[in-house]
Amino acid sequence: MLAKRIIPCLDVKHGRVVKGKNFSALRDVDDPVELASFYSDGGADELVFYDIVASAEGRSLFCDVLRRVAENVFIPLTVGGGINSLNDFDRVLKCGADKVSVNSGAIRNPSLISQAAQRYGNQCVVLSMDVKLCDDGYRVYSLGGREKTDIDAVTWAQFGEDSGAGEIVVNSIDTDGMKGGFDVPLLDKIVSAVNIPVIASGGAGSVEHFIDLFRSVNVDAGLGASVFHFGDFTIKNLKEKLKQSGVEVRL
Amino acid sequence: MIAIIDYGVGNLFSLECSLKKIGESCIISGDVQTIRGADKLILPGVGAFGDAADKLRLSGLDKIILEEAKRGKHILGICLGMQLLFEKSFEYGEHCGLGIVRGQVRPLSEKVANLKIPHMGWNTLKFTRKTKLFDGINDGDYVYFVHSYYGQCADDSLVAVTDYGFDVTAAVQKDNVAGVQFHPEKSGETGLKILKNFADM
Repeated sequence: MLAKRIIPCLDVKHGRVVKGKNFSALRDVDDPVELASFYSDGGADELVFYDIVASAEGRSLFCDVLRRVAENVFIPLTVGGGINSLNDFDRVLKCGADKVSVNSGAIRNPSLISQAAQRYGNQCVVLSMDVKLCDDGYRVYSLGGREKTDIDAVTWAQFGEDSGAGEIVVNSIDTDGMKGGFDVPLLDKIVSAVNIPVIASGGAGSVEHFIDLFRSVNVDAGLGASVFHFGDFTIKNLKEKLKQSGVEVRL
Repeated sequence: MIAIIDYGVGNLFSLECSLKKIGESCIISGDVQTIRGADKLILPGVGAFGDAADKLRLSGLDKIILEEAKRGKHILGICLGMQLLFEKSFEYGEHCGLGIVRGQVRPLSEKVANLKIPHMGWNTLKFTRKTKLFDGINDGDYVYFVHSYYGQCADDSLVAVTDYGFDVTAAVQKDNVAGVQFHPEKSGETGLKILKNFADM
């Protein structure tokens, strides 16, 4: 059976990981290559690298990091951050990315999804969306959650699927950073509306949050950032607990 | 020396890295002499079947692959590269493949109504027979899949299946030509072991 995936997300700035935890097994916690290997050996099913610097210099450093990770870690790698054009897709795919996630770039230019899907295949294109519950319903935000749009989250997810996105990451602004659990009502709405894999993001704070996520809604993966970087549990530990709870995972 | 056949389809960087990681020398090439001179061949591929089959045919590499297969060279098709080993595919129309494995490539959607397409993620292998390519790999080992179509064998080529609503072809082998639907270069230690087995054939 298809396993539920656990995906750590690494924010990379100037070639270093931001918010790295003091893992005793690591000599250099901020080194993306070391941290990526550490997570991969520990049972991560995929890795997401987020480029938080958009400058040209930052980008070339980021590609260098990506290339070194791809040379050493053999699980799927997704890249996000600053993806606005097919050239951006090209740039990161050549450095070893398997999937590319678009967010604000797709809000600005929705045809980017279909263009990228046609050129690189659906499996390559991940639509990442930041969503907040507003008075007028679930709305998509752009620019890293700073700017509200009029786009309805379910409509946007369906547009993404129709345009050829192979996967959707749903990040709840309401639960992000709160460590109080995933946004199950939002995720349930999106999962019911599309027939492509959905990755839950925002709110992971404990093992129980992941168990609750996979038991309550048919998402394919759970993504976490600080929960793994600073977390009180390892991915292996998390997966063992998930398995005990009847959730199919790769151990 | 393993030649990764470059016919303008997909990203070959990870595959090259994974072979280097296991200590194998390899070259990405679309050059006929290089391909003929290589000890083994890997036929990669992502994207649509028709487009890939056209590119193989236009470059003339389809004939070279068939010739090398006949000469007994070990060949491994990966993902779409496995599907190309089949006779034909029904992905956006009807397209001819290499015809090394008898059978067709058909949409997963016609078999699984309630499951998500693409079949994306880690799924387990179940072997229908044992081949050298899978030495040290067992039933239940996880590998990474991404695909919306599947190969339906019409001969005895089937080696392994994975459960996605039904028994989906995960690996095939016809004499010296093998194919895997999953991505060994993205399947962690299990995948590297399979690539090593191929390199050691």
